[in-house]
Amino acid sequence: MSEMSIAISEKLKSEVKNLNFYYGAVQALKNISLPIERRKVTALIGPSGCGKTTFLRCFNRMHDLYPGNRYEGEIILYPDNINIISTEIDPIEIRMQISMVFQKPNPFPKSIYENVAYGLRVRGINNKQILNERVEKSLRGAALWEEVKDRLHDLAFELSGGQQQRLCIARALATDPRILLFDEPTSALDPTATSKIEELIIELKNEVTIIIVTHNMQQAARVSDSTAFMYLGEIIEFDRTEKIFTAPTKKLTEEYITGRFG
Amino acid sequence: MRKKIRLKEFFIEAVLFLSAASSIFITLSIVIILFYESYGFFKKIPIIEFLTGTQWTPLFAEPRFGVLPLVTGTLLTTSIALSVALPLGLIAAIYLSEYAPHKVRETVKPVLELLAAVPTVVYGYFALLFLTPILQKFIPDLSGFNALSPGIIMGIMIIPYVSSVSEDAMRAVPMHIKEGSYAMGATRLQTAFKVIIPAAFSGIAAAFIIGISRAIGETMVVAIAAGMMPNFTFNPLEPVQTFTSYIVMVSLGDVPHGTLEYKTIFAAGIALFFMTLFFNILGFFLRAKIRERY
Amino acid sequence: MKDIKRRIAISKYWDYTFATIGLLSSFVGLALLLTLFLDLFIDGFPRLSYKFFTSFPSRFPENAGILSAWVGTVLVMIVTALAAIPLGVAAGIYLEEYAGKNLFTNIIEINIANLAGIPSIIYGLLALGLFVYFFKFGESILTGGLALTLLILPVVIMATREAIRAIPNSIREASYALGATKWQTVRWHILPYSTGGILTGIIIGLSRAIGETAPLITVGALTFIAFLPTSPLSSDFPFISFRWLLDPFTVMPIQLFNWVSRPQKGFHMNAAAAGIVLMVMTLVMNGIAIYIRYRFRKKIKW
Repeated sequence: MSEMSIAISEKLKSEVKNLNFYYGAVQALKNISLPIERRKVTALIGPSGCGKTTFLRCFNRMHDLYPGNRYEGEIILYPDNINIISTEIDPIEIRMQISMVFQKPNPFPKSIYENVAYGLRVRGINNKQILNERVEKSLRGAALWEEVKDRLHDLAFELSGGQQQRLCIARALATDPRILLFDEPTSALDPTATSKIEELIIELKNEVTIIIVTHNMQQAARVSDSTAFMYLGEIIEFDRTEKIFTAPTKKLTEEYITGRFG
Repeated sequence: MRKKIRLKEFFIEAVLFLSAASSIFITLSIVIILFYESYGFFKKIPIIEFLTGTQWTPLFAEPRFGVLPLVTGTLLTTSIALSVALPLGLIAAIYLSEYAPHKVRETVKPVLELLAAVPTVVYGYFALLFLTPILQKFIPDLSGFNALSPGIIMGIMIIPYVSSVSEDAMRAVPMHIKEGSYAMGATRLQTAFKVIIPAAFSGIAAAFIIGISRAIGETMVVAIAAGMMPNFTFNPLEPVQTFTSYIVMVSLGDVPHGTLEYKTIFAAGIALFFMTLFFNILGFFLRAKIRERY
Repeated sequence: MKDIKRRIAISKYWDYTFATIGLLSSFVGLALLLTLFLDLFIDGFPRLSYKFFTSFPSRFPENAGILSAWVGTVLVMIVTALAAIPLGVAAGIYLEEYAGKNLFTNIIEINIANLAGIPSIIYGLLALGLFVYFFKFGESILTGGLALTLLILPVVIMATREAIRAIPNSIREASYALGATKWQTVRWHILPYSTGGILTGIIIGLSRAIGETAPLITVGALTFIAFLPTSPLSSDFPFISFRWLLDPFTVMPIQLFNWVSRPQKGFHMNAAAAGIVLMVMTLVMNGIAIYIRYRFRKKIKW
């Protein structure tokens, strides 16, 4: 792990240093450190309850929505060198730069167009022309444009599950995020829709840094560049994806990826 | 032995069934009695005259039976009440469901419910003897009996009906939809107005409709503080009479059974019944709609 | 970046402004309730004395009291409770435990929801046509009590259903598995476990009935009554008499209405004093209901 961190030190988008996280009195994440490479896909894997989603939600401060949650440590965002989880930084400021795609497609009860434009409107952008351009660009970016360009003003609920999830990706892309978080984005989708989303993720890493939580190890192997294996709130092992899946150094990692538990 | 048990079970089920069916019997009796008594009224008074006349003086020596003054009176007090209850109720609901800390919500909600528990006759007292004198200091033209003061009090009285149903609807919006909005960097206010309200729309509409139906049917506050004067007016500073307060006024006097005057209260009743029935059924289906959506 | 910061500042400004407005709006009701209580108290407290409770109404405000009104309220409530509780609970049990999912059940459900929304004065007209003239009960305590029964029946039914619905199916299955019949299951399991919710609903319904005025005005409750109904206990065999059921009556809210409608200041003070009594009655009943709900919720956790 040490040789790798030297090699990528200039290419970091973010770096997690000694992160602890508490739900009230319960410690959910223990002393986590992890580099996040720029324009690469980092996957978080591990059995359910291992804290991978909790960890992901630290990056855009989703935990601030509920009382009693507490962070310790640092998540540094480069190149500005700000600590994402510092209490002095407004969570809204963070969420404007770090977008998220959820486990279950969650379009708003609005038209397809308004769903994509939502983040822009929240930022006070109401200029029709700018909105049109950005909506089209994001829908193209999410490989959805051809399917919906003739019905932009239909309700988003009328789309299929896979389309809805790509719409949510378009919504997240519209605001030019610096990091895009995926929380098990295909767990509610069928295999065809899943492979479309995976292709999309591989394509998107040319433009944006991606962190993805997945319970599906094949998916992690297919889309990610590096993988962190988590267990009981800790990172057990982190390395290049092919290394993790072919020659893990820790016994626990090996047992998990060979399907002996989890 | 087995037979005896079966007989007993059957008998009990029959009794329970009759109790449940009694609600149908109640509705039917309402409809039959209202129709039967007002049939006598409409046999004497043409329905056109009833619906278009601008004078309502059934108890005068030369009676007139135009219902429009009661319509404007009801419209006036109802719209004043709604312009208080709908915004305040909705804002309170947004606050309680999206902003208020758990503790605040758990204390404010029961207190709001208490507003609906206070006897309406007490509200009438308050409108007539507390609010009207205060309003008169600011509005010298306000007469002692008027539509404004009972309208405002009715509005506050209705707040809990509006706020509790709207709040339920907003809290029924799934958390993952709300999180989707917060994850885009939206504030609570932006999330409430751009995502939650559209998602909870039918529930909020149902809440508004319950409020409307309450305001139309409210009786004692207007009977006490609005003056029981059938004025054909839209001026909130004047005394007015509503459908409900007309029924109260006639019932207070000694009107003999079977006379035309006696039947007028059923004619007013049937108009009231259909207005509220319309809103109730609309509200029922809107609420059923939110239930199936999530 | 600077742009975003400014944008956030604007959004947050509105967010906090709305939080303040929301807090204030939520407290408008509370403020009104406090003012109302204070106003009643200031106007009416001097009149609250032992004599006020033991005197009949009078032409002279300082001699007038609420004796016939509170006795009337108690008697009417007895009738209402005796009629509404069995009928409402039975209907609730039928709809939750017996009724199948069919058109008829659906109609009953819509119907009950609709009944809950009908203005109270319509129930007064119904009682006038049905009980006063059709069944010839006259303008009596019985008529008044039954009129209020119709009014609170939907409340009792809905509360019963909700309480029963909270009982998990496993309880029913456990009972049936032991060979119990439907009624035995209801009698020994469903009813005891839902008592808290049902009681809460009944008390809330009765507290609403206590404050109702309009439907009793239409059935001819009098505003001036200077005597009490026939005593339910008599000196002759069988020592219990039901004559009071058919006696004319008045109730607290009607007495209040009567006093508030008079121009003299003295009667307004009486109205305020009666208002205090009425408010205390309803608030105490609501308090009991909240307490019962709280107690049962704590005791039984599924």
